[in-house]
Amino acid sequence: MLITCPYCGPRDVIEFTYQGDGNRERPQPASQDLDAWNAYVYDRLNPAGDHNEIWQHSGGCRAHLRVVRNTLTHEILSTAFARGGHKTESRS
Amino acid sequence: MVERQSPLEPVYHPGSHGNFEHGIDVILSETRPGSILQLAAWPGEEKRLMSGIYKVTGLALPDGAGGGVSNGAKSAFGFAPGKFTVVDEAEGLASAFTGVLTPSIGTLTDLSHGRTAIRIAGPKAEWVLAKFFAIDFALPAFPLGAGRSTNHHDIFAQIQRSSADQFDIYVFRSFARSFWKALCHASEEVGYEVQ
Ligand SMILES: [Zn+2]
Repeated sequence: MLITCPYCGPRDVIEFTYQGDGNRERPQPASQDLDAWNAYVYDRLNPAGDHNEIWQHSGGCRAHLRVVRNTLTHEILSTAFARGGHKTESRS
Repeated sequence: MVERQSPLEPVYHPGSHGNFEHGIDVILSETRPGSILQLAAWPGEEKRLMSGIYKVTGLALPDGAGGGVSNGAKSAFGFAPGKFTVVDEAEGLASAFTGVLTPSIGTLTDLSHGRTAIRIAGPKAEWVLAKFFAIDFALPAFPLGAGRSTNHHDIFAQIQRSSADQFDIYVFRSFARSFWKALCHASEEVGYEVQ
């Protein structure tokens, strides 16, 4: 599996670290909304198909990336810097 | 000035090694630069940092990811978004950035004692490095002066192409001896000389 880092170009997956589901919305730190915190900590879409994910190019430039990966085929549909960017819309 | 010890010293054996009867195809050496710095710009401050590097070193960094330049004595290359490695044969480069790299532009980390610089040169340099790193070492994909961040198992490496058939590899000092020994083993098949 190759992931194309926006800085480094295509690299082997071994250089990357999975940082979890990219669909999570972290509540404000002071938030008392227990449902929002519960959703942030536990709720996962777990789709069979395109999935928004956060990866870090830990064995390269160390940038955090937003990646859309197909969980059935491992096809990487898009990559972008996580910094300042908005969540990539998944196709499904 | 304090004499800096090389972590490679116990395993650094100048001379010809491996399968060199048919010629030496790579030359390995430790370049021991006096200064190895990492400079990082705050978001949006990359251009100001690059002009600061030019002001201090005279090195004009090209635009683009991994762009770099070397004039022999001094080298610089991008290794991550907004981040650059700057190397000088001479010691004391960090203090030359005082007043140029202001806190509003970014930060400087002096890694002169934290990294070891290993040079591999020769017609089979690309071949040997391709055994370690899953990146494209061919000249069109890895141009002169350019830098790459990658790793070999858990040994993080920054690599700069300092001439057509020469690469400078910056590895953690604590892993340098292990990496050097692996590099020597990998060079045996082509015949290598340690200088
Ligand atoms: Zn990268």
